[in-house]
Amino acid sequence: MAEEVLLFGVGRSPFSGRVEMALKLKGVEYKYVEEDLANKSPSLLKYNPIHKKIPVLVHNGNPIVESQVILEYIDETWPGYPLLPKDPYERAIARFWAKFIDDKCLPAIFKAFYGEEKEREQAVEELSEFLNYLENELKEKKFFGGESIGMVDIVANLIFWLEAWEEASGTELLTREKFPRLTNWTHEFVSNTIVKESLFPRDKLVAFLRNRIGGPNVSK
Amino acid sequence: MGEVKLLGTRHSPYLHRVIWALKLKGIPYEFIEQDLDNKSPLLLQSNPVHKKIPVLIHGGNPIAESVIILEYIEEKWPQNPLLPSDPYEKAVARFWVKFADEKGLSISKVLQSSGEEQEKARKESLEMLEIIEEHAPGLGQKKFFGGDKIGMVDLTLGRLAHWMGVTEEVTGVKIMEAGKFPRLEAWMKNFKEDPVIKENLPEFKDTLAVMKRHRETLLASK
Repeated sequence: MAEEVLLFGVGRSPFSGRVEMALKLKGVEYKYVEEDLANKSPSLLKYNPIHKKIPVLVHNGNPIVESQVILEYIDETWPGYPLLPKDPYERAIARFWAKFIDDKCLPAIFKAFYGEEKEREQAVEELSEFLNYLENELKEKKFFGGESIGMVDIVANLIFWLEAWEEASGTELLTREKFPRLTNWTHEFVSNTIVKESLFPRDKLVAFLRNRIGGPNVSK
Repeated sequence: MGEVKLLGTRHSPYLHRVIWALKLKGIPYEFIEQDLDNKSPLLLQSNPVHKKIPVLIHGGNPIAESVIILEYIEEKWPQNPLLPSDPYEKAVARFWVKFADEKGLSISKVLQSSGEEQEKARKESLEMLEIIEEHAPGLGQKKFFGGDKIGMVDLTLGRLAHWMGVTEEVTGVKIMEAGKFPRLEAWMKNFKEDPVIKENLPEFKDTLAVMKRHRETLLASK
């Protein structure tokens, strides 16, 4: 049977971006289906009836949902480029940081940019604290995965979105002074050929976000 | 392979996920009880980011977050597997583990709140039960979510088998009405009667007392 890989996603979503990155790193051929979240396709609702969200990976008719669950599936299903280390303890550490990014950093980013006025200052402080943990975890490594991009780096694609949010709202959080390692990491990450192919164009993203949150020139 | 230490508090549902996994696989460990009001240097050292329990320390290496600990245990000690070997079935199991882990928090919120907040948490908990009853694969046909044997999804949902009942009694708020969730009820009975689980659950009245105090302290500080 010929293998069929479908990815339902939204271009400007970091979550479907992660799956694209992983598939490309593994050299897996797939068909991408762009969803309109205001008008979800019957296929999406069929494949993800519980959450009705993207991304959804459909492999030979089998749907897998939740971006980190999908990344683990991709790593186990297609050999070659490893997304996770081999050693169980190192895998646990990688999973810890991937969970940290989505459980802690993501809600803080949301509150910092979309939250109520009074929540935002605290959220920015919290986010700074969380970014500090990531800064320290990088140590002297080029990537969280070591010499090459791994699962934590892929999940940390949120930082690219954070920078776009910062530009859209005219705030400065991730500075070179405060976060030298993360700043280097972002540069290395974004320069990677495969990552470049999977990232939504920055200027389009900034424009979209500016519209949503109201940049310095747009009144809320 | 190195000794296994487990940091936790006696009545934590998260701790029990790890205890059950270790017991099901026959792994000896040393339990080191923690006082969360007075955190030990060992805890702070082993989990500096979250400062929470449970923490598994294996040969000096600490692992935090119960679901991550379960995955580590599964990979380090493959006997009596907790996850299917097929990658797709494994992905389905991981989906339900995540679902149970995240949505299960609503039950904690019922214990930790009152009034409107509590009512919201109750509705969220009910929604979680409804989704599981309707969508969870194998429920009703097999003995456990894992099939004939207990697996990671069962462990993550273990909260329903003991702590949900405690929450209902402490708060007087009913979350799971009898008769409305036949498949889940059958699962709960199977789970609670499993010898490993049965032997490794705290006394209901003891958890009740602890959770009652916990709720009183929390509400007083609000």
